[in-house]
Amino acid sequence: MLVYLLRRIAQSIFVALAMMVIVFFGIYMIGNPVDILISPDATPREIEETMARFGFDQPIYIQFLTFVGNALQGDLGRSFVHGESAVTLILHYMPATLELAALGLIFSVLIGIPLGVYAGYKADRWQGRAIMTGSIFGFSLPNFWVGMLLILIFAVELRWLPSTGRGDTVDVFGIRLSIFSENGLQYMILPALTLALYKASLVTRLARAGTQEALVQDYVKFARAKGVSETRILFVHVLKNIMIPILTVLGLELGSMIAFAVVTETVFAWPGMGKLLIDSILTLDRPVIVAYLMMTVLIFIVINLVVDIVYTILDPRVRVTGGAG
Amino acid sequence: MSVLEVRNLQTHFFTDAGVVKAVDGVDFALNEGEVLGLVGESGSGKSVTGFSILRLVDPPGRVVGGQILFRGQDLAQLPASEMRRLRGNKIAMIFQDPMMTLNPVLRIDTQMIEAVRAHDKVSAKAARDRAISALSKVGIPSPAERLDAYPHQFSGGMRQRVAIAIALLNGPDLIVADEPTTALDVTIQSQILAEVQDLARDTGTALIWITHDLAVVAGLADRVAVMYAGRIVETGQTDDVLTTPGHPYSVGLLGSIPGHGQRGERLTQIPGMAPNMAHLPPGCAFAPRCFNADERCRTDAPGIEDMERVRQLRCHHPLTKAGGTP
Ligand SMILES: Nc1ncnc2c1ncn2[C@@H]1O[C@H](COP(=O)(O)OP(=O)(O)OP(=O)(O)O)[C@@H](O)[C@H]1O
Ligand SMILES: [Mg+2]
Repeated sequence: MLVYLLRRIAQSIFVALAMMVIVFFGIYMIGNPVDILISPDATPREIEETMARFGFDQPIYIQFLTFVGNALQGDLGRSFVHGESAVTLILHYMPATLELAALGLIFSVLIGIPLGVYAGYKADRWQGRAIMTGSIFGFSLPNFWVGMLLILIFAVELRWLPSTGRGDTVDVFGIRLSIFSENGLQYMILPALTLALYKASLVTRLARAGTQEALVQDYVKFARAKGVSETRILFVHVLKNIMIPILTVLGLELGSMIAFAVVTETVFAWPGMGKLLIDSILTLDRPVIVAYLMMTVLIFIVINLVVDIVYTILDPRVRVTGGAG
Repeated sequence: MSVLEVRNLQTHFFTDAGVVKAVDGVDFALNEGEVLGLVGESGSGKSVTGFSILRLVDPPGRVVGGQILFRGQDLAQLPASEMRRLRGNKIAMIFQDPMMTLNPVLRIDTQMIEAVRAHDKVSAKAARDRAISALSKVGIPSPAERLDAYPHQFSGGMRQRVAIAIALLNGPDLIVADEPTTALDVTIQSQILAEVQDLARDTGTALIWITHDLAVVAGLADRVAVMYAGRIVETGQTDDVLTTPGHPYSVGLLGSIPGHGQRGERLTQIPGMAPNMAHLPPGCAFAPRCFNADERCRTDAPGIEDMERVRQLRCHHPLTKAGGTP
């Protein structure tokens, strides 16, 4: 188990390094930040000075090594626009995105699991087919469109929920979160639903496939032979078996949920790091873009590790063999 | 009084390749405390018969005809909710493969307590106590601690004991045991056989013991029903059928028991292969493999012939005449 863990951590470090190369050189290709940092009528001397101040006059490999060296110390540069450290900036915007992704994940489980289990139970009936058809919409409707549709229905027409912004926040260990305040939660519902739609469809499909597979197992038949009710069979016997793969996939998808948030946050003017990214791209704020990408990679890596560990805890069969190995 | 009476049971599978008549006109009756051995080669329809009684046949299979009278009530007509109340309560079943019957991610206590509470609204504590006593009845050491274990922490034999204990939990009137010992090694097999026999005797539970092994039946069953291609071809008192088999198929099955024939004699195998259930021959299904078959066997299916009251045969040329001489 320990050996396995160490190997996984080594892999993760390698991924992080590879990502640094890709991110740095990838970003280097787009635009010249100096163009927006300096007014068009600046003198060549001013331009040179600015270049030197940000280190753009150095050869690219020197710039890269400086970048890596600083990155290892947790310094990914200063925002050209805000003048703040890029990492601090990202960390400031991150909680809003994380709580949105978390609520989205909760929604996708709450919606996807019952629908999927039911669709698997009624696989050959119209109910099952209808749910499956619905999930195709969930997969194919574009995020921004769904977001605007929800705003139109629930905010504009019905006036049940607010459309944009963040609402009240509560300080939790110095982090501002909306999820624990009633008003804030109202602001989160529509963007979280938008974010959840795709994942809910994914969970529905996973749950359906798992349920169909589990229902033909002998243990289900045996549970029926014991006289256990169908509801209990579905939501205890079947669910407990399909939760392990579903949670694994969902955990891995949490990363892409954070990435998806870019569009959703823009539609709902949600002040998270996705919106920060879009703003930074528009202003070619290179350090912030790089910091965003690096932080996202880091989140992905951490999530993958955690999922692997949780997986071994969840599955009693893996737990035993894992303890021995 | 008969606990169970099955009349002309027909269970068919509607597959793409055609209708498979897995059970096609099965009749038998079972008295309180009686043990019936249901014997036959693989694929003869024994498990499907058992599942039909509990109404647990998986699609595309369906009970299409006949009556399953449990204490006079026809199970084939019972609404699903009432059938659920009988299952595991009055009628229990033990499955063929102990490695697959317990849910791998639920603890044994969960799986036992739910079986009690599905029928009896007792406290979790009372249900747990009942589970402990059932486990100790089937010979599981320190049952209270074992309850907290997961199925994978048990060996195959222990898992089958757990399954048997679950079947016993609510004191059923009838247990359908589907080859519960086939997957186990011989010593454990005979241990479990003896235990189940004692339990059935003590509690007056009627037992249908499904097996393809006539040797198992010899020590356990009061009566035997021999099944071939979805039909019972011979039934009778165990001793009668084993000593003077009337159907050529029963003779063939007996010939394949080691130690049953003369010393030094080779084990006889029934020639030919088990029939394709989707395309049965028009006459007697066993005719193509029978040493005694003639033209008539190939064209008309034999009906049931009562030889004595308890002895029934489906054969045009039975080997046993009413007097018992072959
Ligand atoms: N799901 C199914 N679909 C189609 N046919 C089936 C299905 N299940 C069973 N059958 C048919 O029913 C017949 C009887 O099957 P059954 O399981 O009752 O045999 P068995 O006597 O219990 O054999 P074994 O000793 O191998 O357990 C088989 O020959 C098979 O053709
Ligand atoms: Mg079988």
